[in-house]
Amino acid sequence: MSVAPETAPGPIETPEEFHHRRNRILLFVLAGFVLLSLVRVISGAEQLTSSGTLTVTLTAAMPIALAGLGGLWSERAGVVNIGLEGMMIVGTLGAGYFTYHYGFVAGVLGGVAFGVVAGSLHALATVVIGVDHIVSGVAIIIIATGITGFLAEALFSGLEGGGPTQSPSLKTPFTIDIPFIADPMNSLEEKHWFLISDFASVVEMFTKNLSVLTILGLVLIFGSIYVLWHTRFGLRLRSCGESPAAAESLGVNVYRYKFIAVLISGGLAGLSGAYLALVSSSGFQVGQTGGRGFLGLAAMIFGNWRPVGLFLGSTLFGYTQALPFRQGTVSVHALLLIVAVILVVVGVFQLRKGARRAGIGSLVFAGAFLTWYLVVPEVPREFTTMAPYITTLMVLAFASQRLRMPAADGQIYRKGSAG
Amino acid sequence: MNLAKRVALGLAAPVLALLVAAVVASLVLVVAGEDVAGFWSTLLTWPAGRNLVNILNSASILYISGVAAAIGFRMNLFNIGVEGQYRVATFAAAAFAGAGWLPGKLNTLVAVLIAMLAGAIWAGIAGILRATRGVSEVISTIMLNFIAGSLVGYGLTRVGQSTGNSRSTKTIEEGSWVGGITIFSDSPSKLYGLSLIAIAVGVVFWLLLNRTRFGFDLRASGASETAAVASGVNVKKMVVISMFLSGAVAGLIGMATLFGEAHNYGSSFQTGIGFAGIAVALLGRNNPIGIAFGALIFAFLNEQGNLLNILVGVSPDIVAVTQGVILMAVVIAYEVVRRYRARLEQASVAEQLEESRPTSQQSKEPSR
Repeated sequence: MSVAPETAPGPIETPEEFHHRRNRILLFVLAGFVLLSLVRVISGAEQLTSSGTLTVTLTAAMPIALAGLGGLWSERAGVVNIGLEGMMIVGTLGAGYFTYHYGFVAGVLGGVAFGVVAGSLHALATVVIGVDHIVSGVAIIIIATGITGFLAEALFSGLEGGGPTQSPSLKTPFTIDIPFIADPMNSLEEKHWFLISDFASVVEMFTKNLSVLTILGLVLIFGSIYVLWHTRFGLRLRSCGESPAAAESLGVNVYRYKFIAVLISGGLAGLSGAYLALVSSSGFQVGQTGGRGFLGLAAMIFGNWRPVGLFLGSTLFGYTQALPFRQGTVSVHALLLIVAVILVVVGVFQLRKGARRAGIGSLVFAGAFLTWYLVVPEVPREFTTMAPYITTLMVLAFASQRLRMPAADGQIYRKGSAG
Repeated sequence: MNLAKRVALGLAAPVLALLVAAVVASLVLVVAGEDVAGFWSTLLTWPAGRNLVNILNSASILYISGVAAAIGFRMNLFNIGVEGQYRVATFAAAAFAGAGWLPGKLNTLVAVLIAMLAGAIWAGIAGILRATRGVSEVISTIMLNFIAGSLVGYGLTRVGQSTGNSRSTKTIEEGSWVGGITIFSDSPSKLYGLSLIAIAVGVVFWLLLNRTRFGFDLRASGASETAAVASGVNVKKMVVISMFLSGAVAGLIGMATLFGEAHNYGSSFQTGIGFAGIAVALLGRNNPIGIAFGALIFAFLNEQGNLLNILVGVSPDIVAVTQGVILMAVVIAYEVVRRYRARLEQASVAEQLEESRPTSQQSKEPSR
């Protein structure tokens, strides 16, 4: 990365910078929400912010966010974890097996435990022995895929409703319903008022059919902020990802912190797998993860190695995954208008900052998207599935210089390097 | 260190890794209560002629994939995107060849070139993003893999035709097919004609690495970027070129099957070769000959794994476990051996210093 232009902000953030960043994120989220609402009213694509769409979005986003959070824990301690996908895969198996035999709580714990076991292999290889992080990650994905397929056949073949590639259908975990809030919100949503109905959808999403695992996921994401940034343990863990030599010279046991971080990473990936097997669908299936571990990594980078950013990135992935299933052709068509508006805003912003060519370019693209919206009645399905990945690429291309990964991320550290 | 010791150390890692993989696979089988003896007798039976041909076919494809990944690795670029690159490339070649604009083998030749170009462009996007915007190629190639899947899906709806419940490109005319090579006259399987590309790829890769300035720059940039920059290597240009090359080679992965067996791009398209290629390249330490061994081992295990299910009822997934463990064990063993060797060297240097100490001690004393 040393050839890349280095204009990234420094590692230490002042309180003012922190508040500034937090306000900016809030502003972005709010502006995005208003924009969605506006486009819904203009285009009449009511599914854009319906509570149904939002619920699917949250369910789709949560496993990606949990995997990304796993990546964040490990990379904050300086260990790249490309094996997340593999840890998720064994998580789905653990959740499927233990839920079938011992119930829901054991299932979740089983998924986490399987993830931790896979994580310990990664920790052993990368931290203790000092193998290249990506090689170890690739090996873990291959081993995890193989062993899950192998054990699935051994564990589920004989069971009623099960087979070599899937577990019997499992009971989904508890959900939380607060009808006296959800019902009035639902009728408010039906009115299709600007902003008010959209807000009602959001409230309804959190009060109807909300899985306990979703709540657990949210607690873990926001709890990670506290643990990593507001405790001594978190400071030490992050110091291993920034400058392990300095950390060691200050008496931090670098190996121990890295090891713990990778175990937590595996556990979170396992939980993500459990979520897929128990909440997103009603049972274990081979190939259930479908590359979501990689998406989690992308969401983490998108979010600049920070929990809130990664959650927003995951929500974006989740939203674009959910939309095609909710009146797909109409909803996705409306997305074009949203892209056009965003590009206009970006273009004007660039022009004001003096970047004329970039600004004009953005405006031209905005015009193209607007024309596309007005001329073509519907968008091919495949373009919607592509959208989140292209968005990530664009964000990385335009914002990568503002992104700052942990300084010693991916580097092999040997004990005693501090000299 | 004498020669015998050096050879022993060089072989120690792979042998150790194979042993560890064997132990782990056996343990998994024992724990699951499967037929361990049957597993080993099936795995270690010398394959029949038909299976040998399959192994060669699949090894040649894995080899190309391994070289594609290795070109990036040599430069410290993790091209995870071989998977997407050969998908886009194979689709582009199949669509072009299926249209039949050119006659006979000319059609084949141009289609192969188009595949290389498509793969190069797809990988080049990641290379350019890395060089100009500093985007990590790991993430951009992963994103490009996902995009490739959707893009090809869309392409099939535009240029493809419906075949039952799936879609495929138009079948290539028979004049453009590349026939197989008979190796064993008693078996119906033939070696894909285009699998010979693998040999060419290997030779060119070796020449490029060891006999050209570009290869030297590539290895230098991979070994130490700062040293390469200091000696005048334009690292950004190297990044883009090596991604283009990696993608062009990735484009060749699907050619042997496309012109030798499938004759169109459709549901029979084999995925996962890009990912396996990464493992094969890492196993062969990104060395043209090492990758060949890696590809043969993986292809052998895959082929024998298919027999496992039929003969002893063991799930072929155990083969994937074995492959993963081999990869993990190899890199661990290499690391351990490397450290052991470094310690041996340190010891021998210390010994030599000890011997020459009486003369050098006095001259060194004042400076300390």
